[in-house]
Amino acid sequence: MTTETRPANAPAPDPDLLYSDDEEALRDAVRALLTDRSDPATVLAAVESDVPYDAALWRSLATEIGTAGLLVPEEFGGAGAGTREAAVVLEELGRAVAPVPYLTSAVLAVTALLGCDHEDAEVAGALTALAAGTTVGALAVPLTTAPGGPSEPTVRAAADGTLTGRVTSVADAAAADLLLVPAQGPEGPALFAVEAAADGVRTERVTPLDLTRPLAHVSLDGARGRLLATGDRARETVGAALLTGAGLLASEQLGVAEWCLAETVRHTAERTQFGRPVGSFQALKHRMAARWLEVASARAAARNAADALATGSPDAPVAVAVAQAYCAPVAVRAAEECIQLHGGIGMTWEHPAHLYLKRAKSDELTLGTPGRHREALAELVHLGAP
Amino acid sequence: MTDAADLRRRTAALLAAHPPATTDRLDFLRARFDAGLAWVHFPAGLGGLDAPRALQAVVDAELAAAGAPGNDPGRIGIGLGMAAPTILRFGTDEQKQRFLRPLWTGEEVWCQLFSEPGAGSDLAALATRAVRDGDDWVVDGQKVWTSSAHLARWAILIARTDPDLPKHRGISYFVCDMTDPGVEVRPLRQITGEAEFNEVFLTGVRIPDAHRLGEVGEGWRVAQTTLMNERVAIGGNRIPREGGMIGVAAADWRARPELRTHDLHQRLLTLWVDAEVARLTGERLRQQLTKGQPGPEGSGMKLAFARLAQEISGWEVEFLGEDGLTYDDWTMRRPEGVDFTGREAGYRYLRAKGNSIEGGTSEVLLNIVAERVLGLPPEPRTDKDVAWKDLPR
Repeated sequence: MTTETRPANAPAPDPDLLYSDDEEALRDAVRALLTDRSDPATVLAAVESDVPYDAALWRSLATEIGTAGLLVPEEFGGAGAGTREAAVVLEELGRAVAPVPYLTSAVLAVTALLGCDHEDAEVAGALTALAAGTTVGALAVPLTTAPGGPSEPTVRAAADGTLTGRVTSVADAAAADLLLVPAQGPEGPALFAVEAAADGVRTERVTPLDLTRPLAHVSLDGARGRLLATGDRARETVGAALLTGAGLLASEQLGVAEWCLAETVRHTAERTQFGRPVGSFQALKHRMAARWLEVASARAAARNAADALATGSPDAPVAVAVAQAYCAPVAVRAAEECIQLHGGIGMTWEHPAHLYLKRAKSDELTLGTPGRHREALAELVHLGAP
Repeated sequence: MTDAADLRRRTAALLAAHPPATTDRLDFLRARFDAGLAWVHFPAGLGGLDAPRALQAVVDAELAAAGAPGNDPGRIGIGLGMAAPTILRFGTDEQKQRFLRPLWTGEEVWCQLFSEPGAGSDLAALATRAVRDGDDWVVDGQKVWTSSAHLARWAILIARTDPDLPKHRGISYFVCDMTDPGVEVRPLRQITGEAEFNEVFLTGVRIPDAHRLGEVGEGWRVAQTTLMNERVAIGGNRIPREGGMIGVAAADWRARPELRTHDLHQRLLTLWVDAEVARLTGERLRQQLTKGQPGPEGSGMKLAFARLAQEISGWEVEFLGEDGLTYDDWTMRRPEGVDFTGREAGYRYLRAKGNSIEGGTSEVLLNIVAERVLGLPPEPRTDKDVAWKDLPR
C-alpha cells in the first residue's frame, strides 16, 4: 500500500501492540502484590467496611512499587514512564477489582496536572505529592463525563479564587486529599486545586453500584482554590485527562473481562451435571470461545489506545474512541456470562463474580458510554449522522 | 545469517542481471526463484535463503520499486499457501526439486482435494479410497468444493488407504496429477450464480507411490500442516484502516446521504469499530509472529472475519434501498480467482455466506478455540476408536 492511497484518517502505521519486558516485569510485581493482599474475600470484606479504599494496599502499590508516579516526569519524583505502563497496572487492578484510587489519582488527576505549567510551584508541588502516592488526588468531574465534555463547569470561581458549586458522582472523592476542580472564572474556564479538608468543602458519599469504586457528590461553598491553569489551557488539560482516562480504562475493562472468562472456564471445566463437565457442552463452550475472541480483540484495542496516548499520536482520539466503544461491552458481556455460566453460585453474595459485574457495568458508563464514543468517532472518521 | 542489507544486495544483483523492463516475465520469476528471493524463509536451493520470514518484505519492497513482475498470488493461492509448506515439511528431496519452482512461478497451478460430500466438518471420515497396485495407487472417489480444479496441473489429495483402522489413522496424503484420464472436473454452481468451485470425480486414477507425501497412514498428520497454513494464510494479510468490506460500506455512506437513517448509522458505527478492532487484532498477531511469540489469536481471526463480512455486506444491501433489490449478473461463469469485495453489494452479501463454512465452519472453529486454547473438556466421542469401515454413515 503506498502512502498516496491511504485514507486521510489512516492511523500511524506501526503501533506497538505487544508488551515489553519491562511492562511484563511491572505486571508481575503488581499481580504478586494483589494476589497476596487483595484476594476476592479481602475485597468483599473491604467494600462492606466504612473505609473508602484500602489505604495499606494503596501505599504498597503507589509507593513501594511506585505506580503512582508512572506518568510523572522524573524531575517531580515520578518514574517518567507512560500510558503503556499505566495501562498494564490497570489491567491488573481490573483483574482484581482492587478498591484503590489509581485511575482517579495516578491517571486522571496526574494527567490534568501534566497539562498545566510545570514551572508553576503549585503545579510542581501537586505533581510531586501525587507521584509519591502520599497524596491522593481526584479530578472533580462526574465519572460519566466523556472526553470533549463537560462544556460548562458547574463550579463558579470568584475573582478572589473562592469556589462555589456542586459536582456530582466524583469517583474516589472521599479518598482524595486534593481535588482538581474545573471552574468557570470571571475570565473564562480555569482549573483550581482545592484541599479536600479545607473549609467550605463537603463530600457527600453516594451508595455506588460498584462498591469497589466509591462515589461522592462534592459541594463547594466559598472554598479556597489555588489557580493551576486558565483559559484554553485549563480546558485542554481537562480534555486530555479525560481522553487519557478513557483510553486507559479500556485496559481495566480488559482485566475485568480476562478474570471473568478465566473463572468461567475454570468453573465449567470442574462442575459436573448430566454425568459430564458442563464445559464440555457446545452450548456453553461456544459462548466461552466467543468471549475469548472478544478478550483477545479487546487486548489489541486497549494496547492500541495506550500506545497512541504514549506516543502522542494524532490518531489518539480515534484509538481511544474505538477502544472504549469496543472494550466496555466486552467486559459487561464477560461478567454477565460469568454469572450465567456459574449458575446459582454466580448469584450469591459470597462468590466474587458480582463484584466484576458491578465494576464492568459501572465502567460502561464511566468516561463516556460506548454510544457516546461511537458518536465521537462518527465525527473523527467522517461518518456523519443523517 | 542473511540480513536485510545482504538481501538488498542480492535483490540489486538480480535486477541488474535481469532488468524487468527487458526480461520475459517467466524468465524473471525463474531467476528470482533461483536467486533465493522467492520466499526467503525457504531453504537455499528451493527458492529461499534460510532467512527470517519477516525479511521477505525487504525483498518485495525493492522489487516493487523496480517494477518487477509478480507471481500473481491470487491465482496460485492454494499452491503457495497450502501445498508448498506441506511439500517443504514432508516431501522428499526429489519432490521438492520437482514441484516447488513451477508452483511458485505459477507455471503449474495447484488445487486441494480434501472435502467430500460425506466428509465436511468431519473431514477424517472421508471415503475416497486409494488401493496399492504395484508401484502405483489406484484412487476412486468424489471430492467437492475444489477451487481452481479446472485450471490445476496438480492436486494435494487425501484418501483412505486402510479402512480397517480408526478414521484418523487410515489416511494417506498424495500429489495427484490432474491431467490423469480418470480425473473429471465439473463446475459447482453457487448461490452467487457463478461456479468458483468444482466437484472432482476420481475413477481409477493412478498415482505413483513416489508422489506420496509422508508415510502411509500418516495423511491426517500431514493434512494438519496444510490446514494450519490455510488459517495462517487467511489471517495473514496486512490491511490498512477501512481496508476490505468496511471500506466499501463507509464509502457508500459518504456517497449517498439521501439513504441515511439513524438506525443504519448506529449499526455502521458499531461495525466500523468491530472491523477496526479485528484489523488491530490481526496486526497484534503479526507482531507476535515477528517477535517469535506466536499467540493463539490466529484460531479466532477467521471467526471474526466471517461474522464481519456477513454483517457488513448485509448492512450494505439494506442501506442501498432500491439498488439493494437488484443483482448485477446471474450468468454462470468460472472465475479464476475470488475477490470477496469485488462486484456489487448483492454478490458480496451472498458470497460472504460461505465465509463461515469454508476452511472450517465457525462452529468447528469455536470448538477448536474452546478445547485447544481454553482447554475445556471435549464432547464425548463415539467414533474415536472404531474402524472406519464400521462407522455409521
